[in-house]
Amino acid sequence: MSRIKSCFAQLKENKRKALVPYVAAGDPNPEITLDLMHAMVQAGADIIELGVPFSDPMADGPVIQKASERALIYGTSLTDVLSVIKQFRETNDSTPIVLMGYLNPIEVMGYEVFAKAASESGVDGVLTVDIPPEEAQVYIPALKQYELDPIFLLSPTTTKERMKLICHYASGFIYYVAVKGVTGTSALDTIEVASRLEMIKEVTDLPIGVGFGIKNAATAVAVGQVSDAVVVGSALVNLVEQNAHALSNAEGNKKIIKEISQVLVSMRSALDA
Amino acid sequence: MTMQKQDQVDKKLSDMPDETGHFGQYGGIFVPETLMEPLKELKEAYIHYFQEPDFLAELDSDLANYVGRPSPLYYAERWSLELGGAKIYLKREDLNHTGAHKVNNTIGQMLLAKRMGKTRIIAETGAGQHGVATATVAARLGLECVVYMGAEDIQRQALNVYRMKLLGARVVSVGSGSRTLKDALNEAMRDWVTNIDNTFYIIGTAAGPHPYPAMVRDFQAIIGREAKQQIMVHEGRMPDALVACIGGGSNAIGLFYPFVDDMDVSMYGVEAAGHGLETGEHAAPLCAGKPGVLHGNRTYLMEDRHGQIIPTHSVSAGLDYPGVGPEHSWLKDIGRANYVAVSDEEALKGFHDLTLTEGIMPALESSHAIAYVTKLAPTMDKEQIIIMNLSGRGDKDIHTVATLDGIEF
Repeated sequence: MSRIKSCFAQLKENKRKALVPYVAAGDPNPEITLDLMHAMVQAGADIIELGVPFSDPMADGPVIQKASERALIYGTSLTDVLSVIKQFRETNDSTPIVLMGYLNPIEVMGYEVFAKAASESGVDGVLTVDIPPEEAQVYIPALKQYELDPIFLLSPTTTKERMKLICHYASGFIYYVAVKGVTGTSALDTIEVASRLEMIKEVTDLPIGVGFGIKNAATAVAVGQVSDAVVVGSALVNLVEQNAHALSNAEGNKKIIKEISQVLVSMRSALDA
Repeated sequence: MTMQKQDQVDKKLSDMPDETGHFGQYGGIFVPETLMEPLKELKEAYIHYFQEPDFLAELDSDLANYVGRPSPLYYAERWSLELGGAKIYLKREDLNHTGAHKVNNTIGQMLLAKRMGKTRIIAETGAGQHGVATATVAARLGLECVVYMGAEDIQRQALNVYRMKLLGARVVSVGSGSRTLKDALNEAMRDWVTNIDNTFYIIGTAAGPHPYPAMVRDFQAIIGREAKQQIMVHEGRMPDALVACIGGGSNAIGLFYPFVDDMDVSMYGVEAAGHGLETGEHAAPLCAGKPGVLHGNRTYLMEDRHGQIIPTHSVSAGLDYPGVGPEHSWLKDIGRANYVAVSDEEALKGFHDLTLTEGIMPALESSHAIAYVTKLAPTMDKEQIIIMNLSGRGDKDIHTVATLDGIEF
C-alpha cells in the first residue's frame, strides 16, 4: 500500500484529520529544509507538501512567490529537492511527501527520468499546478509507472463533468482549492466549501484535502469538519518571510522552525479536540 | 489510400491548431484548474462570434472607422534601389490608431468581452504598446481597465505609462521575479484567476493558453489578408518573401497566416539577438532556446538547464520576452518559416536606414525586420518581391535611440 493510502487509512481508523503543511524547499536557504521537515512531523504533520521553486509561479500569491525567489537565490533545483527528500527518508520512512510545483522543471528533466528519480528519492505524490489531465496523457502514466500518485486540483469553477474526468486520473487524494484566486488570498467560505465537497464525494471515494485560504486553527477546524485533510501553506511561509533575513541563517532557521512548529501544534490540537 | 491518410493529405497548414489547441506538440492549455472553465467559455465565444455576421460587421466597421484600416502597402522604392535587390513593400501598421498593429487585436477582444458581458478588462504590457491599445479601446467602451506592467518597464517606458493613465487605466507595477513582461503576464493571470466572474483578460500576443494563440492570430490576420489583396493590385502577383519581427509573434503571425498554405512564399521571422546570440544576452528562443512550458502553452523558451526561465535582453522592450507564440514553434519545426535574429546594433542601424531613405521612423521592434531585409533583399533578383511588416512607429523609441547614439536633450 502506498504511503499516502496507508496514512489516510490509519487516520480514518483513528477518526483524525490529516494536517498537511506546505513549505517551499530551500526557503529561505537550503540548510533549513531537512530539519524543518522533521520538525513539522514532530509538530503533528501527517503529510508534507514540499514546494519546488519555479521562476514563474503563476498560481501563487505574493507570499509563496517570494518563497520561490528566496530559494532560487541559492539555485535550488528539482534535483536538489529530490536529494533533500532522500536524506529525509534515511530516518523517516512513513510520512508521505507530495511535491507541489510547476511543469517546466519536470518537462526539462523528462517525465520518465523525473518519475524514476522522484520515486527512488521517496516522493509519494506529485501535484503539478499547471498541467490539467487533458495535457497529461503521457505524464500520468509515467508517474503511475513509478507508483507516484498524481494529485490534481479541483476548484470552485470545476464542473461536475470535469470533476469526474479529473477524479478518474487522480490517486492518493484530491486537493480542493477553496477560493477563486491564488494561494494565500482571501478567507474561504466554509459553507460554500462544504457544499462543493458534497459534490466531489458523489464522484470519488478518494480522500479530499482543502487548501488556499486556511490561515489559523479556527479555519483549520472549520475545514476539517468537512474534509479529510487540511493544507496550510502561506500562513507558514509568512513566518519564514518574517524571519528570513533578520538574523544569521543558523539563528533565523532555528526561529523559523520554532514558529512553524508552534502553529502546527496549535492546529493539530484544535483539529484533534 | 485509407480515410485517415486522405485526411492528412487534405489537411492544410492553415487548419491548425487542432480541436485541443495544439500546433503539433506546441500550444495546448497548461493552466491551474480554476482557469479551465473560463478558457472553455472563451473558446466557445470565440468560435461562435467568429461566424456571427453582426459581430464581424461591427469588427469591420471599427477597424475601418476607428483604427483606420486598410493600412497602406507602400513600395519603398528608394530603399529597394539602394539595397539593389528585391522590391520591398512595407505593410504600414505604424499608421494605425495608437501607432502599431496591437490595436487590431484589442479591438477584437474588447468586442468579444462586451458580447460575453464582462465589465472589467485586464492586460499585461512590456513596452506599453499593448497596454495603450487596451486602455484606448476600454476608454471607448467605458470599461474598467487594469494594466499590469513590470516595475523595470515602468521605469523605462514612463511616457506610455502616462498615456495609459490619461486613457483612464490603472497601471499596476509588478515587482516580482525579473520585474518585466513575463512577470506582468504572471500577475495578470493571477488577477484573472481571482476575478474570473466579471473580468476579461486581453492577452497582447499570440501566446498564452488556447484559444489565445489562435484568437490573437485571427484578429491580426487582417494584416496578411489585406497585404495579399494589395500586392495583387500593385504587382499582379504573390510576393516571394515575408519578413516580420518576433517577440511573442503577433504581428508576424498576422502577416504570415494568410500565406501559410502558399508554399512558394518564404517567411522570415526576425528575433532579437540583443548583444549577440553567443553572449546569452538576447531574446531569441526560436534561434537559441528549447521547448518548454510557460504561460499556458508549450513553446520554445529561454530557460536554464533546470527549467527556470532566464532573463532576456533586447534594445526593444516589445521583443524582450522569453517565450514565443506556439504556432511559430511549430512553423519552425516543420520548416515552413525561417527564424533568424539580428542584434541591437543592427536594429539600430535599420532604424536610421529607413528613416533616412524613406522618411519613415520605425519602432525599434520593426527595426529588427528592417535589419534583416537589408541582408535578404540584395540576395534576391530585382523582379522579386518582399513584403515587410512595419509593425509600429518609432516615436516612442526616440529617447532610447538618442541615448544609444550618445545624445542628450
